[in-house]
Amino acid sequence: MPVPITLDFSLRQGDFTLEIHEQVEARVVALFGPSGSGKTSVLESIAGLRSPDRGVIRIGSRTLYDVEGGVDVPPHERNVGYVPQDLALFPHMNVTRNILYGAGSTPDVGRAAALEQILSLLELRPLLERGVSDLSGGERQRVAIARALTTSPLLLLLDEPLTALDSGLRARILPYLERIRDELATPMVYVSHDEAEVCAMADWVVELELGRATRSGPRLGDS
Amino acid sequence: MTGDTLGIAWRTVSLAALATLVMLPPGIALAWVLARRRFPGRAMLETLVSLPLVLPPVATGLILIWLFGRRGPLGGVLEGFGIEVMFTWRAVVLAMAVMGLPLLVRATRAGFEQVDRRYEEIAATLGASPVRVFLTISLPLAKRGVLAGALLGFSRALGEFGATIMVAGALPSTRTIAVAIYSYTETGQEAAAMTMLAVSASIAFGALLLSNRFATGS
Repeated sequence: MPVPITLDFSLRQGDFTLEIHEQVEARVVALFGPSGSGKTSVLESIAGLRSPDRGVIRIGSRTLYDVEGGVDVPPHERNVGYVPQDLALFPHMNVTRNILYGAGSTPDVGRAAALEQILSLLELRPLLERGVSDLSGGERQRVAIARALTTSPLLLLLDEPLTALDSGLRARILPYLERIRDELATPMVYVSHDEAEVCAMADWVVELELGRATRSGPRLGDS
Repeated sequence: MTGDTLGIAWRTVSLAALATLVMLPPGIALAWVLARRRFPGRAMLETLVSLPLVLPPVATGLILIWLFGRRGPLGGVLEGFGIEVMFTWRAVVLAMAVMGLPLLVRATRAGFEQVDRRYEEIAATLGASPVRVFLTISLPLAKRGVLAGALLGFSRALGEFGATIMVAGALPSTRTIAVAIYSYTETGQEAAAMTMLAVSASIAFGALLLSNRFATGS
């Protein structure tokens, strides 16, 4: 189901200024553009890891950030699943403990069912007892996505989820992402600089360049 | 080794261990604050924590007398509860803890600084409160630094002399290895002093060896 997403804020970091004014209703919004265009900064602002200087961030009916309204929900209360490009799997925990980290200490029946679904969707069962250093690139990616999903997030933020993988693996991971979109119906903001990926995943594309949106629409523009 | 020597060695090791337990909570808190927070007065706090490292230990001892003596601001309060500090085993623990703290904080802080903040940030996005992030991410990942710091603090506590003799004296009931070596030498009991020296050296050697192993991870 498409969700209204308001990303209307600016963020200054040294010489770099990010300006984004988007109000979209989509299942998967892609942020598309070259490196240094500010894509990751958008994700980290949504996750609450960076504070914009002004503006509003709203997902569905929930306001995460609003300078004028004095709202700045701390990261641990935002309920936004973030899969960073470096994945940041916790090195001192095995796969199971990584995946369950955000699941909360009192798993109810609904949660358990959701967890079952995530594990089978991402085919993680054979990996559960492994240490994170024993995983291949594609396996690490799936564990990081599962970890973000077990919190039942309002929104899933994916930062270049396929970039670190070789083309064979990409073709294998992409269907997992499509299943999350179609079966779990978790809305996503998907950062990528790969056209094929964006076309496969997104129903709204914001093209970024040097911190500004150059184009915004239901599909990628011809460039 | 005489019963006396054994008694002194045991007292020293157990009080040093107790002092390490006493300094761990404030030491870990200080190390984390210095590694992770920016606030006004941070440089001041940093200097204050390191002060016992550069101040002559007897001077630190004198400060402790001021604070914990009967008429001192803290000593008066404690006496109200019937707790006497000066010239008891508590004074030994106090002196050991204050002298060991800077070393504990340094190593522990380095441990926290080596933890990639990324893990803490991602844990927060997964719904973990700052306290949970600290307990499940920062502290376990800084474990090596904390252990190395605890052992360094413990080693420092074992050898503490200057501050201890100021606040606890050289009474038979408070005498530690370092104080005993001094008093044995002063009173010409050379054999006893040599025995204490050997005991002291072997304990310190073992503790440092362990500390280095934790620090380098070998």
